[in-house]
Amino acid sequence: MSITRLLAVARKEVIQILRDSRSLFIVVIMPVTLMLLFGYGVNLDLKGLPVYVYDRDGSQQSQDLLKRFQASEYFHIVRVVDGYPAITRALDDGHAKMGIVIPWDFSERLSEGGPVQVQALVDATDDNTANVLIGYAQAVVQGYSAEIQVNWLQERGQPVQPAAISVETRTWYNEDLESSAFIVPGVLALVMSVIGAFLTSLTIAREWERGSMEQLISTPVSALEIMLGKLVPYFVIGMFDVVVCAVIAIGWFHVPFRGSYVTLMVSSALFMVVVLSLGFLISVLAKNQFAASQIALLVTFLPAFLLSGFLFAIEQMPAALQWITRIIPARYYVSLLKQIFLKGTPTGMLYADLIPLAVFALVLGLLATRSFHKRLE
Amino acid sequence: MLGRLKQMLIKEFIQVFRDKRTRFLLFGPPIIQMLVFGYAATYEIHHVPTVVLDLDHSQQSRELVSRFTSSPYFDVQRQLTDSRQIRDLIDRGKATVGLEIDAGFAQKLLKGQTAPVEVIVDATNSNTALIASSYITQIALGFAGDYQKDRIYRIAPQLIEEVPSVELEARPWYNPGLSSRWFFVPGVIGSLTLVLVITLTAFAVVREREIGTLEQIMVTPIRPAEFILGKTLPFFLIGMFDVMLIATVGTLWFQVPFRGHIPVLLAGSVLFILCMLGVGLLISTVSSTQQQAMVTAFFFIMPAVAFSGFGFPISTMPQWMQYFTYLVPLRYFLVVLRGTYLKGVGMDILWPQMAAMAGMAVSLLTIAILRFHKALD
Repeated sequence: MSITRLLAVARKEVIQILRDSRSLFIVVIMPVTLMLLFGYGVNLDLKGLPVYVYDRDGSQQSQDLLKRFQASEYFHIVRVVDGYPAITRALDDGHAKMGIVIPWDFSERLSEGGPVQVQALVDATDDNTANVLIGYAQAVVQGYSAEIQVNWLQERGQPVQPAAISVETRTWYNEDLESSAFIVPGVLALVMSVIGAFLTSLTIAREWERGSMEQLISTPVSALEIMLGKLVPYFVIGMFDVVVCAVIAIGWFHVPFRGSYVTLMVSSALFMVVVLSLGFLISVLAKNQFAASQIALLVTFLPAFLLSGFLFAIEQMPAALQWITRIIPARYYVSLLKQIFLKGTPTGMLYADLIPLAVFALVLGLLATRSFHKRLE
Repeated sequence: MLGRLKQMLIKEFIQVFRDKRTRFLLFGPPIIQMLVFGYAATYEIHHVPTVVLDLDHSQQSRELVSRFTSSPYFDVQRQLTDSRQIRDLIDRGKATVGLEIDAGFAQKLLKGQTAPVEVIVDATNSNTALIASSYITQIALGFAGDYQKDRIYRIAPQLIEEVPSVELEARPWYNPGLSSRWFFVPGVIGSLTLVLVITLTAFAVVREREIGTLEQIMVTPIRPAEFILGKTLPFFLIGMFDVMLIATVGTLWFQVPFRGHIPVLLAGSVLFILCMLGVGLLISTVSSTQQQAMVTAFFFIMPAVAFSGFGFPISTMPQWMQYFTYLVPLRYFLVVLRGTYLKGVGMDILWPQMAAMAGMAVSLLTIAILRFHKALD
C-alpha cells in the first residue's frame, strides 16, 4: 500500500466533494438542521392541552373541581359546552383532546356521601398524549377528593390526617425531564448514518454507474488504496460533524455532558468506521444509485432511528425484536452517547457497548475490503 | 397524443420493472418498514425494571410495595438492603425505578403524619420517566386514599358509608387499549408513501438527465406535457398501489381497526400522492445529478416527517415551528389517515384537510410543471 497513491485518491474525492456545492452544503448544514429539528420538535412533555367541559351540575362544588383543572398548567379549558354532541364533535375534529363531564347530581351525591364519578372522555388516537393526560387528570381529581374528605371530617369534629404518604420523585441524569436532553445526543447517530452510509454509498455507486470506477481500477492504485482513499475524506467530515453536533448539544440545548471527550471521539470513530464500511459494501453490491440510496436508508438510517433506543425504549419492544437490536451497531453507539452525555459513566464501565462496536467495525471493515477485491477479479 | 403518451408509459414501466433490485425496492422495503415500525415504535411502558429498598419491614410498607408488584407497569425485580445498591443498579442501567421506604414509615402513618416515600427514576429516556412517574403517583394516591378510608373506619365506623369522594372515570376513545401501534400504523402508511413517491419521481427524471437520455427523448416528437404525464403517471399508480399494499398489510397484520370509509381514504391518498409528485418533480428540476436529487429529497423528507405530527405531537413544538407544520402536506394526510382508521369520521370532518391538500397539490404541480418547461428548453 502506498500512502502517496492513497492520498491521490483522497484528493480526487475531496475535489469532487468541494466542486459539488450542494453536497458540501448538506454536509455542513445537515447536522445543524437535524439537531434543531429534533431538539425543538420532539417534546413529549405536554402542557396546555385543549379541554372541553360539560358541567351538568353547575354547583359551587363542580366549579371548584373545574377551577383545579384550570389552575393546572397541563390543561387549558377552551370551551364550556352544554351537551355530549359538542364534545364528540370536538374530539372528532381535534379541537379538544379531552372532555370533562360532571354528572347532574354531583353536589347532591357529594353531600349524601359515597363515591361520585366524573367522566373524562379522552382522544386516545395518540396513546402517549392520552396516557399522560389521564395521569394528570387523575391527580387533579384525587387531590380534590382528598380535600373534600378533609373538610368533611373537620365538620364532623374528627381528627384530620394530612395526605397519608408523599412521594418524592427524583429523576436522575435528566433532572428536569427535558426531552431535548434525551433526544439530542442520539441525533449524532442519525447524522453519522447519513454522512457515512448514505453519502458514501451514493458517491461510489455513481462511479460504478458512470463507468469511472473501471478507469480507476485500471490505474496502478490497489483496491485497498481506492477504498481507503474514498472513505478517508468522509471519515474526516463525519468526525467534524461529531464536533459540530456536540457543540450544538452542549452550547445551544444545554444538554449536560458528564463523561469524557476522548471516549466520545473514540466511540464516534468506531461507529464511523462501521457506517462507512456499510456504505461501501452497499455501493459495491448495488452499483446503482437509486438502489444504493434505498438500501442505505433501509439498513442504516432506519435502524438508527427505530431500533437503537434513540427514541423508542428497547426494553419495551417484543423480545424477538430486542434480540434483533443486538445486531444493530447504532444501538451500542446510542447507548454510549447517552451514557457519556447524561450519566457520565466512567470509560472503564462502558465495555459492554464499546466491545461490540469495535467488533462490528473490524468485521464490517474486513468485509468491505474483501467484497471490493472480488469485484476486481 | 394518446398514442405517444402510451409509448412513453410503456417505456417507463419497462424501465422501472426491468431491474430485479428496483422491482424489489418498490414493494419490499415498505412492507419491511411497516412491520418494523409496528413492532418497534412504542411509547407504552410495561414491566419497568424496579428495585425496592424497604427499611421499614412493616405491614404498611409491604402493602405499598405489593401495589407495585401487582401493577403491570412495574416489574419488581429485587428487594435491596442498602441504599447504595439503588445508585449502583440505576447507574448500570439494570433498574429504571428505585423505591425507597425509610424506617419509621408505618409509625408516621399511625401517628397521623405524612410518611415520605422516595422514588428515584432513571430519566435518560425522559418519556419513560414521565409516564413511569405518573403511574407511581397514581399508585401512591390510591394507597393514600385507601389508607384514609381505613383510618376513618377505625376511628368512626358509623361514618364510613357517608364519606364523600370523587373518582375519575377515564374513557380513552378511539383507542381504548392505549396502544401505540394503533397510533403509528396509520401514520406509517403516510410517511412511507411520502418517501417512496418523492424519491422515485426525483430520481427518474434526474437519471435520464445524468445518463444523457433526456436529450434523446427531447428530439422525439413528444410534447413536454406528455413527457411529464408519462413520467409521473407510473409513479402515481405505483404510489396508489403501495398505499393499498401497506394499508392492507398494516391493518391485517397488526389488527388496527378501520372505522371509516375506504373512498374517503382513497380520495385523501390521491391528493397526497399528487402533492408528493409535485415535490418530486420540483426536486428533479433543481438537481443535475442523482446524488444531488437524493440529498435534496432527504433534506425535504426529514422536516416533512418531523413536522407532520407523525411521531411527536405538534402542540408541544415551539410556536414558530407550529406555523411551519401548516406547510407540510403529510400533516393533513395524517389527520385523514387517523381519522378514517381510528375515529371513523368522514368528509364532513375531514374536508378542511382535503381542501388543504388539494390546494397544495395544484400549486406544487403548477410550479413544478412551469419550472420543468424551463428546464427542458
